[in-house]
Amino acid sequence: MKKQITEIRFHGRGGQGAKTAADLLAQTALEAGKHIQSFPEYGPERAGAPMRSYVRISDEVIDLHCGVSNPDIVAVIDPTLLSINPPVTEGVGKEGILLVNTNEKPEDIRKKLNFKDGTVYTVDATKIAYEETGLPLPNTAMLGAIIKATGIITIDHLKDQLTKKLGKKLSPEKMAGNIKAITKAYDTAVKG
Amino acid sequence: MSKILPLTGDHAASESMRQINPDVVAAYPITPATEIVMSFSQIVANGLADTEMVPVESEHSAMSACVGASASGVRTMTATSSQGLALMWEVLYIAAGMRLPIIMHCVNRALSAPINIHGDHSDGMGARDTGWIQIYCENAQEVYEMGIFAVRVAEHKDIMLPVMVNQDGFITSHAIEGVKMFEDADVKKFVGEYVPNMPLLDVKNPVTFGPIDLQDYYFEHKFQQAQAMRDSKKRIVELFAEFNKFSGKKYELVEQYKMEDAEIAILALSSTCGTTRVVVNELREKGIKAGMIKIRVFRPFPMDEVAAACKNLKALAVLDRADTCSGEGGAVFGDVCTAIYNLNEKKVPAINYVYGLGGRDIDEAQIKNIFNELVDIAKTGQVKTVLNYSGVRI
Amino acid sequence: MELKNSKDLPIGGKILQAGNAQEYTTGEWRNEKPVLDKSKCINCLFCWIYCPDSSVYVEEGKVTGFDYDHCKGCGICAYMCPKKCIAMQKEEK
Repeated sequence: MKKQITEIRFHGRGGQGAKTAADLLAQTALEAGKHIQSFPEYGPERAGAPMRSYVRISDEVIDLHCGVSNPDIVAVIDPTLLSINPPVTEGVGKEGILLVNTNEKPEDIRKKLNFKDGTVYTVDATKIAYEETGLPLPNTAMLGAIIKATGIITIDHLKDQLTKKLGKKLSPEKMAGNIKAITKAYDTAVKG
Repeated sequence: MSKILPLTGDHAASESMRQINPDVVAAYPITPATEIVMSFSQIVANGLADTEMVPVESEHSAMSACVGASASGVRTMTATSSQGLALMWEVLYIAAGMRLPIIMHCVNRALSAPINIHGDHSDGMGARDTGWIQIYCENAQEVYEMGIFAVRVAEHKDIMLPVMVNQDGFITSHAIEGVKMFEDADVKKFVGEYVPNMPLLDVKNPVTFGPIDLQDYYFEHKFQQAQAMRDSKKRIVELFAEFNKFSGKKYELVEQYKMEDAEIAILALSSTCGTTRVVVNELREKGIKAGMIKIRVFRPFPMDEVAAACKNLKALAVLDRADTCSGEGGAVFGDVCTAIYNLNEKKVPAINYVYGLGGRDIDEAQIKNIFNELVDIAKTGQVKTVLNYSGVRI
Repeated sequence: MELKNSKDLPIGGKILQAGNAQEYTTGEWRNEKPVLDKSKCINCLFCWIYCPDSSVYVEEGKVTGFDYDHCKGCGICAYMCPKKCIAMQKEEK
């Protein structure tokens, strides 16, 4: 039953938009007719503190209401979290995908984390975000890379959802920048 | 066409409140119910509901304002959690004793000390004897639907009791799920106009509320209140049928999952039921006759329904997300045992698990362990320990 | 007085009759009763103001007597009277 559900874990720091990224991903999937859950792990909430956020996506109704312990996809939004304990690879199985925001190559990340079986993707999302939006907020760019790695949603759906959700909050230039960042991250994410 | 919106449990609650459009909401924000109060305030500020929003200085005042508003004859709602519910305590009894149909969203959270903001049932379970009807919800969809349903329950002329709609703190309240919405007009029609019976502000027919009631009459009034709670069970079932016509959704006091031929079962409340359902499916694939019993309406306690559901079991585990600290098990266990002991000829060996305090996650592995224990009990008929704990380092 | 059963009572402890306290003759509690000497009374209405049971009868600005069905005999009228024209007399039962 469970394997019909795709489970995603985001690692970020408070204020980097890991929760927003998780919500955007889930809401985009919902619009595409999937069943979804999106929930952050609430600890001591403050800017800069390591935090996790989870997404479940399924074609069936999702009954599970426990935490995600064996994610299919792990997205590390902040590369300084690669050294945290427990490691970001915790609970990731052989089929698992690890996606890291870094300027390093997948092979280097694989070695660094001693991550043997799964697939590794890297993307320099912070740089892309900085270039396209002027802000070091890599969350939207990371979603572009997640689409590349999984195909779980489409870029067009994500763009629609982004406009819907943040259209009022962001200026047109920032919105265009975010959309560019998504496409650029999609194009430049490397598999290894 | 009904829309599906991405909503947290809290926003599902406030959306239902928007559609109900109550006359008065008096509330004080507290984690994890804050977003209900916050988003409903925004709804009112944006003119999407014409509710009189009463921001108060404490939960004691919130419930007191609700009592006043409801007594005056208007539809009244509130939301709270944990310490907030605890601070409402004495007024909860007054709301129920005065038979005021107030609706509260209670986001279940642990009680201090030690201080903790996460989900468990300590608050709701503590309030189980306050005279409020209690409904426990598994997910955001249920929070939304039960929030609407509760209006009809509370205001039913034969019930006239306050209703508490419970959801799990953070697990449900802060998780976004797809929630299928009803049309505003349909909800408006379903809940109808509140027509109060003998309200305080009907100046042409003056009545006295809350007079002193001594040895000669207090007992009769309390009996009357307790009887209303007993009778409400039948009315709630009738209202479920009506809700079914309105929504197509089938709700029962007690939900049974794969119980037709089940030999072992877990009985639980709220979000844990979903995870249990997943484990039941896994066990069924292995040929283990497992089932799940979910108590939706905990007050009034569905004694007959629980007993009937457990009738053919060989072993039962009751999950309590609150410890009574009575020296014995949880509150749900006590009530379930009363049902089994009094109503069933065959005594099912039953064990209690206290779990998930302070938001401690209950995962499939923990539930599987409990089922494994039940497999053993079913085989041997022997219960090793009645009171057990899951997920705690002892 | 015949007491009602729970089924026959309005819910929530409500009292539906306005002002039914009038039926409760608290005058029976009294040990001493106030008696007015009209010849000394200046109709200052202090007694009327202070009476906690609204048991001083006043007509057209003048004190005319007491509602003995409800006066509990507390004596505050006699105490406050500036002309001392209200006497508290022992109740004969």
